[in-house]
Amino acid sequence: MAYSDKVVDHFNNPRNMGSFKKDEDGVGTGMVGAPECGDVMKLQIKVQDDMIVDAKFKTFGCGSAIASSSLATEWLKGKTIEEAQKIKNTDIVQELNLPPVKIHCSVLAEDAIKAALADYQKKADKPEAAR
Amino acid sequence: MKLPIFLDNHSTTPMDPRVLDAMLPYFVEKFGNAASRNHAFGWAAEEAVELARKQIAKLINADSKEIVFTSGATESDNLALKGVLEMYKEKGTHLITSSTEHRAVLDTAKSLEAKGLATVTYLPVDKHGMVNPDDVRNAITDKTVLISVMLANNEIGTINPIREIGKIAKEKGVLFHCDATQGVGKIPVDVQAMGIDLMSFTAHKMYGPKGVGALYVRKKSPRVRLVAQMDGGGHERGMRSGTLPVPLIVGFGKACELCEQEMATDTARLTAMRNRLETAIMAGLEESYLNGHPTDRLPGNLNISFAYVEGESLLMGMKDIALSSGSACTSATLEPSYVLRALGVGVELAHSSIRFGLGRFNTEEEVDYTIKKVMEIVTKLREMSPLYEMAKEGVDLKSVQWAAH
Repeated sequence: MAYSDKVVDHFNNPRNMGSFKKDEDGVGTGMVGAPECGDVMKLQIKVQDDMIVDAKFKTFGCGSAIASSSLATEWLKGKTIEEAQKIKNTDIVQELNLPPVKIHCSVLAEDAIKAALADYQKKADKPEAAR
Repeated sequence: MKLPIFLDNHSTTPMDPRVLDAMLPYFVEKFGNAASRNHAFGWAAEEAVELARKQIAKLINADSKEIVFTSGATESDNLALKGVLEMYKEKGTHLITSSTEHRAVLDTAKSLEAKGLATVTYLPVDKHGMVNPDDVRNAITDKTVLISVMLANNEIGTINPIREIGKIAKEKGVLFHCDATQGVGKIPVDVQAMGIDLMSFTAHKMYGPKGVGALYVRKKSPRVRLVAQMDGGGHERGMRSGTLPVPLIVGFGKACELCEQEMATDTARLTAMRNRLETAIMAGLEESYLNGHPTDRLPGNLNISFAYVEGESLLMGMKDIALSSGSACTSATLEPSYVLRALGVGVELAHSSIRFGLGRFNTEEEVDYTIKKVMEIVTKLREMSPLYEMAKEGVDLKSVQWAAH
């Protein structure tokens, strides 16, 4: 299968690859997928004053899964929590020109964003419990 | 060194230039139909076909009359299974095969099952992918018509104990078909010594052209009969109608002759290069696991699982090396290789496997380049892998509640 240039670029030069400490202030972590399914995404956001100031990812999966999560971190940076909620998997499909068999990669990336946001919210609501 | 490098010699092989030389006269100059009995064009074609038949038969220690030309191993497998079960249906409908056969055998067996023409026993394999001859013996009933076990596996290269299985088949009076697609031309094959009654193989896996294969059909003790699956002019002793593709057959014959002449040197070279690749990768990368039999496997085969990285991304990271992965990461088939699963390899490791297939035209320089690239990409992708990070932190990945999708 031929990959789009954008997928190849994200795969070769992943943006924001890495990790934050999970218990760091303002960090939300989303981990989705399963090793048996061949893809696991970990997406993290760092939030200050309702603004996502940084994002990082680590992904086990095919090139399209890696590219989808890499792209997601790029899009998350500089967005407010509310804006981040609006990122849709279809936006990722379009941007990366994913073929139909790879759409599940974009779905996983959207799930990872949602999971990271939810985790952040949970910690923000109960700051003490998160420590 | 030229890029990309072809290290996928189980899928197909480049044609040997000597094979092409042998074929060329049979396209334009000597274009006759081998079935034309009344003129020189036909005679020339027939002569060429009969020479090829001899070259092919010699490689597997058969008689040239026992070679039935087909379009390839898939057709040979179909003809063997369907043709034999149809012919011997009065005796019974039981077919014994193994769980790691190529899909040309498995899907044919399933199709016979679905049509009510066969009941099929799928034998398990051990952790190295080998069929146990005792399992074959125990599965045989008085209704068993055919045993079909492959010589060497296309993914992991494991070589089955064919001689033992052949002996059991003979003892019990059951016909024995062997899909030898990956083995013929690479390792010694002797249909007499191995007790094989029918055998599928194809030219393009042994440096010959695509589009031609053969089914060996034993002529005596016992004389195997089968029902043709295609009606027509009654070519190939009535077993496979259709005008013979003379240039392809000439190439097939030449390829067999070359494999016979060069098997010893090819095997020595390929085994040395394969071992070099295997040793360097396994020693250089922690948690890499060999799939297949450690010693009883094809000389050019190496199948390794790299924990914590996904196969398709590995291939993507080595774009200038043509390889194959046991993982299919598409929404349609999230299932990884059924062959690796049959060995008991965990799903996640099956997703992480790469098949290296060395062939006659690979060089040491290419092997060294591949070693370097594999080390680089596995290291890079592990850095990127949340699973590797967790494992390094001491998390037991099996205890994690995954949000499966």
